[in-house]
This record gives sequence, structure tokens and C-alpha cells, in this order.
Amino acid sequence: MKRGRLLGAYTGLVIAYLCLPIFVMILFGFNDTKGRYNFTWQGFTLSWYRHLFDIGGLTDALVNSLTIAVFATILSVVLGTTLGLAIGRYRFRGKAGLDLMLFAQIATPEIVLGASLLSLFISLGVPRGYVTILVAHVMFCIPFVAITVQARVVGLDRSLEEAALDLGATPLVTFRKVTLPLIMPAVLAGGLLSFALSIDDFVTTSFNAGQTSTFPLWVYGASRIGVPPQVNVMGTLIFVVGVGFAVVTAFSNRQTRGGREVGAR
Amino acid sequence: MRSLRSRLAPYWLALPGGMWLAIFFVVPMFFMLSLSLQTGDTLNGYQQTFHWSTYSDVLSGYHVQFVRSIIYAVIVTSLALLISYPMAYWIAFRAGRHKSTFLFLILLPFFVSFVIRTLSWQFILADNGIVMGPLKDLHLLPQDFHVLATSFAVICGLTYNFLPFMVLPLYVSLERIDHRLVEAAHDLYAGRFAAFRRVVLPLSLPGVFAGVLITFVPVASDYVNATILGGTHTTMIGNIVQTLYLTNNDYPAASALSFTLMGALLLGIFAYARALGTEDVMQTAAAR
Amino acid sequence: MDRLDPRDTPSAALVDPAWLRGLTERRLSRRDVLRLAGMGGGAMVASSALAACGVSGGKAKKTATSFWDGKKVKGSLVFANWPLYMDKAHGTHPSLDLFEKQSGIKVTYKEDVQEIPSFYGKIEPELAAGQATGYDLIVITNGVYLDKMKAANWLIPLDHTQLPNFNKHAGPAIKDPTYDPGNKYTAPWQSGITGIGWNPKYVKEPISSFEDLLNPKYKGKIGMFADNADLPNLAILGNGVTPEDSTPDDWNKAADVLKKQRRLVRKYYEQDYIGPLSKGDIWISMAWSGDIFQANLSDPGLDLQFVVPDEGGLIWTDNMCIPVHSSAPVDALKLIDFYYDPEHAAMLTEWVNYITPVPDCKAVIEQQAADTKGKDRIYLNELAKSPLIFPTDAMTSKIHDYRVLTASEEKQWNSIFEPIYQG
Repeated sequence: MKRGRLLGAYTGLVIAYLCLPIFVMILFGFNDTKGRYNFTWQGFTLSWYRHLFDIGGLTDALVNSLTIAVFATILSVVLGTTLGLAIGRYRFRGKAGLDLMLFAQIATPEIVLGASLLSLFISLGVPRGYVTILVAHVMFCIPFVAITVQARVVGLDRSLEEAALDLGATPLVTFRKVTLPLIMPAVLAGGLLSFALSIDDFVTTSFNAGQTSTFPLWVYGASRIGVPPQVNVMGTLIFVVGVGFAVVTAFSNRQTRGGREVGAR
Repeated sequence: MRSLRSRLAPYWLALPGGMWLAIFFVVPMFFMLSLSLQTGDTLNGYQQTFHWSTYSDVLSGYHVQFVRSIIYAVIVTSLALLISYPMAYWIAFRAGRHKSTFLFLILLPFFVSFVIRTLSWQFILADNGIVMGPLKDLHLLPQDFHVLATSFAVICGLTYNFLPFMVLPLYVSLERIDHRLVEAAHDLYAGRFAAFRRVVLPLSLPGVFAGVLITFVPVASDYVNATILGGTHTTMIGNIVQTLYLTNNDYPAASALSFTLMGALLLGIFAYARALGTEDVMQTAAAR
Repeated sequence: MDRLDPRDTPSAALVDPAWLRGLTERRLSRRDVLRLAGMGGGAMVASSALAACGVSGGKAKKTATSFWDGKKVKGSLVFANWPLYMDKAHGTHPSLDLFEKQSGIKVTYKEDVQEIPSFYGKIEPELAAGQATGYDLIVITNGVYLDKMKAANWLIPLDHTQLPNFNKHAGPAIKDPTYDPGNKYTAPWQSGITGIGWNPKYVKEPISSFEDLLNPKYKGKIGMFADNADLPNLAILGNGVTPEDSTPDDWNKAADVLKKQRRLVRKYYEQDYIGPLSKGDIWISMAWSGDIFQANLSDPGLDLQFVVPDEGGLIWTDNMCIPVHSSAPVDALKLIDFYYDPEHAAMLTEWVNYITPVPDCKAVIEQQAADTKGKDRIYLNELAKSPLIFPTDAMTSKIHDYRVLTASEEKQWNSIFEPIYQG
């Protein structure tokens, strides 16, 4: 068992290493920095929480990031779920092509995704901005939702749906009342993943943003001259909300698991 | 009637998402290919001249950064594998009912913006920062010692940022292993190491492959770490692509370079996936 | 509605609305060309389409008045400037607030100019496609990028009849500059000097020469600029050659020095050298005068130093200009003129510490100094005396202009200097 304890300690160390930058970010959101550079500890303050929205550009960027993430999540959940259902449930001509496309998309470096999309927009003279960012985000989120849903669909017992159809339910009603609840965990997971990917995306966004700014783009730009403490505060709040949301979801999943897992093999 | 509808159902279901990907992922690739063969400049427009030599130009101009990126990616992927494996093993076999808690802790960095995390490292590793400052004050390090602006800093940053990408697929494949197999090995008088080498390791290989894949690709094409943590001799191919596209607006060279990058990586990946079966890689990849 | 420059082709002799339409047509045609070319439509189609639509027609010269006839105030504008280039108090910009109050024009102020090449890279595709950049007023440094924008007719000529303050208060040094005769397109925002900055906490002996940037003692602690203006020109000066008179031979010699220096350099910086210099990540660096002052101002206890090297420093000017397709050109003019009022110029200078285009604001600052007490008074008096804000003759003799490059020279220049910082 000694090995187990040693490895356990090691795991703890690596996790500490993974969390160190988070700790630094949170801590320096409370730093009472006088100057422009927030890099030496100068005492505790809550003033950056009070003046959270003092920097107009930063606030706009955050609002952009949040709204884009919401829209991108909704769109990619709808498009990705149906796609995942199709490839998870049916055999049809073109399925192999779709599989290949999904795989290629996930395997393609993000910088190439961004660059090729920019090539399209340049060639067609489409001005870059909010909409092109959204288009890009939906594009890179769809495969993640589709694959998550597909994995769930493959493991589903079809007899439940067949029973519903036999009992006279229309396909639409069957989908709404039987299939959707069964695949809901996967849809939720895909949606969460999409939201996380979208709100944090830097590379693809930087290629297709034009003059529009998002939270990561703004922070990256500001880092050249000194990141204001408000960035730490916003980062902290996003972190806290995200973690809180994940924990709540995990607990509610655990509690309802008995009911939800019926359909899974 | 019903059978026709159900025969068409998968197409209706796949159409919207499939079209979106086709238009905004597949079609752009062709535009990028086309752009890479054009000549001209932004001011006067570009014309299709099938100017293939742009490819040899960018390769000869930027092979240093290309090779550097591959080397960094190899080092980072190996480091990530070495760091992750024992941890994934421990969580999968020894963490008991706390498994998901530990996995969640590993995922914590994903709740903080990638750019902020990298900037955090810039802060932590600063020449007179929280780590190096005290060491220098105690004269344990020379005043001009620095980690930032070196390859070491870039590799550290990359390893940090992409470590969870490696842990998760490893964990998934290790967790799937039937414990009875390991016990059987012990029953057959296999030592602990032999059991690991003969049973656990081979069974975890799909996870290793998937982890390597989803770590290597983003690392090789990253440019944020090199920009924030790097110096004079750490420019990666991603930096060049980014500069050519967004600053110089030299679209042909930029497209040629990113096409080459993608080609090189995809070739490797498909060779990989063939040896392994796409499904496996995809499923493990999706598990992250 | 008058006939324009006689050298122009007939098709270019257009009046205001038609001119704008011309620009629109140019966009459509280029877009078509790109689309055809992009779809692999073949070189023949593309080139004939290009020839047919006469791209060069867009380069006609326009007089200012025809454009400005009948233009009205919109009530809002978007202003793109460098970061830390505006007075600031409690999270707002007092001078901009004052402008909004006086004029009723709402200003969206964006610190989007991190560096000229990347900023230009961002707006160029849109300008080339005939699209609006989203900015009504931008700040561009004199140099190749400003020249390109002028040559492509991407700037709206200023209407000097609407710039009374400029006419009255603009300093003789910045009026009618060589890069823009008659200030046809540009009105300076601030000027500054490129020299050497250092952190005396780590560098113990005084710095005075370009040679100090080559000292192996500072290996890994030296910062240089990643640009094709400041870096080459300062190195040319360092070799004892005046940039304006330099030949390709001098360029190569300067490049040799820089290449040898490369192993000592920690990083080639854009705007971001000032943080590392303050933190001690670098000890000595190429620097812009005002940055050093601002850093000291915003970080109590920081005592960064700036010097114009003995071999010479460089002077540059950041210019306000109005990009084509600006939706609020009149509003932009009003903002330009606002900052040429000495009172308003003083608000800026007291915060940004660069060379002001409005020398008359010196009197304003001196008056304010007389009216206040204590630390503020000392600060304002120092400001009014600083040669880095109001240059003396001794100072001007040490500072030089950038080398002006022709198109063919520019290619050679870039091929010599770009590899140094693009590593």
C-alpha cells in the first residue's frame, strides 16, 4: 500500500500545480495595487469588486463573450444533437463521410480552423465581427456535442421508443417524451462543454473577430501594458460560477440517477 | 409512407449540423487552398495563378520555426504523458469513491481562461517574482538568472496548459480495465511490475494514443504560450501563421503555411488512427 | 462640385456622392474578383475582371471641400488610439468627458492600437474591400503605413476651415510635416522620442550610448523593439549614420550589429516592454520617452530612467486621421480641434508626458502650477521645464527622423531587418 500512498501524494502535488495559477489569479484580484502593474502584493482590498465595471472596453468584451457563448451553446446543442442522433442511431449513405468530417474537425489544429474560416470570409468579402465569431464558435462546438450525444445514443435501449411508437405516439411525441429525456445527460454535457469552449476561445476568435473584442482577446491585448485587477476579479467570478454550476449539476445528476439511467444498457 | 419517412429521417437529422460543418469547415479548406496558390496583395486584390512555389518559399523561410514547434510538441507530449500516467493510474485504481472528485480537481483549470492561466505563469516565473525573487535575495541564484523568455518557460507553459488533455483519456482507458485481469495476473505469480507491464500497460494503450493525439496537435500549433512566455529564440509556427495572416496580410504565404501545418499533422494522425480504428480515438477524445 | 486635379482620369473626376459610389463599386468589383479567384475561377477570368473594373480609378485625388459639403454632425464617434494615451481619473477620461459635455457627441474610446503593423493589418483588409473599419478617428504613426494609407486614398482629407484651434495653436514644428504637406490628412496627436530606458535598480552605471544596448554584461536583460522603423533606424544612428542619408550599405552594417546583438536580447517587444522593464525582467531597453514617465507616475517608487543616446534618438509623431467610410467625419473633426485648445492639450500632456503639438499649453501648465501647492506644483513645474515635452534646441539637435523609403527600397529594407526580430 506504500506505493498507493506515494502515488496519492504525487497526485495531490500535480493537482496543486494545476491549481497554482488559479490561486494567483484569485489572490491578485484582492491586491490593493496603486499603479498600473498588478504584480507585487500591496495589501488587501475589495475595491476591484466594487469597481468591476469601471473599464468600459473590458465590460463590453465580457458581455460579448457571454452572449456569444449563450447563442453558440444553443445553436450547437440543437445542430449537434440532431447530428449525433443521426450518426448514433442510423446507418445511411454518407454516414462514413460525416464520421470522417467530425473526426477531421476535432483533429484539425485550432489555428487552421480559424485561418481557413478567415480565408473564406476574406475571399467572399464578409466583414469580420460578432456574427463571424458566433459562426466559428458554433462550428467548433458541433462535433463535441454530436460525439457526446452519439456515444449516449449508441448505448440506448431502442425497445422503449418502439414501445411508444407501437402505442400510437407520433415520432415527434416519441422523441420529446422518450428519446430526449434519455439522451438529456449527454445533451447537457455537450452544452456545458460548448459553453466552456466558446467563452474561453482565443485562437479561432482572434482570427475572425475583426474589431469586435471578447474577454480573452481583451485580456491578451491588455497584457502588453499590464492587466488591470478587474480582469482577475472577472476571471474569479467566472471560475466560481462555473465550478458552482458544475457541482450543482453533478449533485442533481447523482440524486436523479436512478430514474435517468433506466434506458441505458 | 412511414418507411420512406424513416428512411429519410437520418438525412433530415444530419442535414443542419452537417451543412454547418460543411460550409464552415470543409469549404473554407478549399478557399484556403485556393488562396495559397494566388498572388497579389491586399491593395490590388489577389489572382489565381497556381503559384505553387509559395509552398517551397514558406518552407524554406520558416523551417526553423516548423521544426522547433514539432520538437516542442514532442517534448511537451512526452512530459505530459510521464506526469499524467501515474496520476491517472492512481485515480483509476486507488482513489475509490473519490474518483470523480479528483477528476473534477484536474478539470479546475478549464474554468479559468487559457490566456489568464498563461499570464499567471508569466507572473509566477517573473525574474523577480514570487519564486525567483526570494531565491535571488538569498543569493541562491545570480541576479541575471531567468526562466521567462527561454524554451524552458514555453515548454513549461505548454505542458501545464495541455496536461488535463492527457490525463482524461488515460484515465478513461485505465478505468475501463477489469480489475480481475490484474488479480488473475497476480494469481499467476506475476510480480507487480510484470502485471503492470503485461496487463495494465497494453490495455491502456488506446488511452495513451488518444492522449498523445489530443495533446500533440494543439501544442504544435499553439502560439499563445510562445508569445507570453517566450523570447527571441522561441517563435513557433503558430506565431508565424498568426503574423502572416493578421499583421502582414500576406494571405497566400499564410494559407500555404497553415495548410502545410495541417497536412503534416493530419497525415500523422490518420496513420495513427488507421493503426487504431477511428471510433476508439473519437470516443476517448469525446470523453474529455 | 468643382473639377479636381487635372492629372486624374476623367472617370475619377467625380463629385462627392459619386466618389463614394465609386468606392462602393470598387469594393464590389474587387469582391467579385476575389470570389472568382477564390472559387478557382481561373486566372483568365480573374485578371480580365480585374482589368475591366479599373482598380486604379479609386486612387484619384480629391479636394477636401467637395467631400465635406453638406456633411453634418452625427452625435457619436468611435476613436481608436494607443493604450495609456489619454488622461485618466477614477476610471474615466476627463478630457473626453469634457468633450462629450461641450459638444454633445458621444465618444466610444477604444485602445485598439497596440502596435502600428498589427493595427494596420487589422484594418487593411476592410479598407481594401471598401468596407468601413468601424472607426471614425484613428491614430497612426508617421511611416510606411501612414504613407500606404495616403497613397491608397484611405484617409479623408481634413477640412481646415473646421479646425480653428488647429490653425491657431498647432506648433510650427508639427505644422506642414514632410510626411503630410499642409496637414492634408493628418493632425498630430502627440510626438515622442525613441531612445533608451533603464531600471536603475539593476543597472548601476549611467546609460548614455547605443553601445550600452550591446553590453554583454546585460545578456538576457536587454529589450529591443520588434518593428521595422525604430529598431533599424536606431541601429543606423548607433553606427554614426544619419538615417535620412543612409544607403543600403549602411542598412546592412546596422543589421550586422543587430544580428550580433541578438544573443544578448531577451525579446523583441511590441508595446509590452514597459512592464518587464518595471518588474526587472529586463534592465535596459529601447523605449519611448512618455512611457517611462507614465510608468514612474503610475507606480510609486519606480524610478525608471530615459536617455536620448549620444549617437542620436528618433522622433515620431502619432497622427489623428479619419479613415474612409467613417460614419462621423464631422464629429471626428470636432474632436481633433478640441484637443488643439491649449487648455485641453494641457489635460493630455499632464497625463501622457509626450511632446505636445500645442506648445501654447506650456503657459497653461505654468499657470496651473502657480495656482497649486505642494507635490502637484513641483510636478507641473517639472513638466513645463521638461525637454522631453517641450524640446529645447539642444534636444532637437540630437533627434532625427525615420528614413523615408520608396516602394522598392522598402522591400530591401524589410528583407534586411525583418529576420532579426521575427526569429
